[in-house]
Amino acid sequence: MEIKKTSLNKLHQENKAKFVEFAGYEMPIQYSKGIVEEHKLTRSHSGIFDVSHMGQLFIYGDKTLTEDLEKIFPLNLKNLNINSSKYTFLMNEDAGIYDDLIITKLDEGYLIILNAACKDNDYKILSNLLENKYKMNLDDKRSLIAIQGPKSVEILDSIINGVSELSFMIGNWFEYENQKIFVTRSGYTGEDGFEISIINDLAEEFTRKLMDSGAQLVGLGARDTLRLEAGLCLYGHELGVDKTPIEANLKWAISKDRIVNGGFIGSDKIMRQISEGTKQIRVGIKPEGRLIAREKTKIFNETELVIGEITSGTFGPSVSGPVAMGYVEKEFSKKDTKVFLEVRGKKYPANICGLPFYKKSYVKGAIK
Amino acid sequence: MSEVKFSKDHEWILPDGDEATVGITKHATEMLGDIVFAELPDKGSNVEKDGTAGVVESTKAASDVYTPVSGEVLDINQIIVDDPSKINEDPEGSAWFFKLKMKDVSELESLMNKDEYDKFAKENAS
Repeated sequence: MEIKKTSLNKLHQENKAKFVEFAGYEMPIQYSKGIVEEHKLTRSHSGIFDVSHMGQLFIYGDKTLTEDLEKIFPLNLKNLNINSSKYTFLMNEDAGIYDDLIITKLDEGYLIILNAACKDNDYKILSNLLENKYKMNLDDKRSLIAIQGPKSVEILDSIINGVSELSFMIGNWFEYENQKIFVTRSGYTGEDGFEISIINDLAEEFTRKLMDSGAQLVGLGARDTLRLEAGLCLYGHELGVDKTPIEANLKWAISKDRIVNGGFIGSDKIMRQISEGTKQIRVGIKPEGRLIAREKTKIFNETELVIGEITSGTFGPSVSGPVAMGYVEKEFSKKDTKVFLEVRGKKYPANICGLPFYKKSYVKGAIK
Repeated sequence: MSEVKFSKDHEWILPDGDEATVGITKHATEMLGDIVFAELPDKGSNVEKDGTAGVVESTKAASDVYTPVSGEVLDINQIIVDDPSKINEDPEGSAWFFKLKMKDVSELESLMNKDEYDKFAKENAS
């Protein structure tokens, strides 16, 4: 299968991107500055991320569509305002997660942002569940560009007047070069920022404008360190069909009335896990010293029994130390529980910790 | 014998009599990206030619560091353990990894000189 390229590929090359294949796409892992510097400039200024490999699924319909989607997603979509977004999951009957996604209510239906590696399968699952009753468009004519970091609002507002008035997890349509673009105030870095859905033909020149205004390109490498410091899950690592939202400690994302009344796919299991608890749960893990524990590292308790496994681990440039997330047995999930990580045959001490590792101080200029 | 030599695993070695200083090449650091963790052999331990003698980790992945020749570890560079970013800054100078007392100086003969290594690195760039 031929590797796919996004509309910004030429721009990535021009900026000396190192490419990796990700979900069938040639994507920039980093540019010449490197992951640490790209990470830091996102936290202190403004970073641009090409996330066009992600799926943008438009589903068109009215009230009955909302009712049908409520049978799928654990959300109260009836009460969701137009242009509001929610983080949720596509699950199987056993509450195993097919994908985690952002759904936004539009005038004419819904926009769902899907993970690149999952989007084609999600499309099949959703069209089956919705029995092909609604027009669905997994739109590959639109790019998706994220701009993240404290200066992003100022930079984007200078190009698209009015975006600064959006609140977190709210979007709207704006005009750009006589084309409709959809901007939401959201992201996956733990920073204030926006995601912009824009037709492919305008994506490159739009991104150049962001760069001319002071934002800089940031690769997927820094996107990973940023989201991990922010304690956010990545599909294929923290999340998968073998994990439920309750095990992933994401109960907050399920609408309260849906927890009580159920009626969505996987609701029986979710309700049971909420009342009975789960065997394992996702936690933050802070290795002592500088040791980095990567995905699949085994976690031991003090009596040398395996109690879990790391799902993501790296060096966090903003916390200046190693950070990790993983799953441990419930009884070892309490904050400050001492655990051991087996790396290269040796066991190293670590502590269970709260998430996120890095919390934004929203005071302007506080982070250097 | 004081010419710097290079291994196919991207280490450099600078001999001085029967002692030598070992580090990783600039090319290696460019492939690795930002180095955030370094582990060195124990002082006094014996290492075998082409055997593991440390680990470096970048934000992306972990890589073993090998020793180009056998010998006893005389000294390690604690500075790069405390601040691994120094390795990216000056890999072929102040950010050396360890010093060895070589077991067999003739092991150096199988290694590449600078021109050979530069050619090798260029062909193996990925």
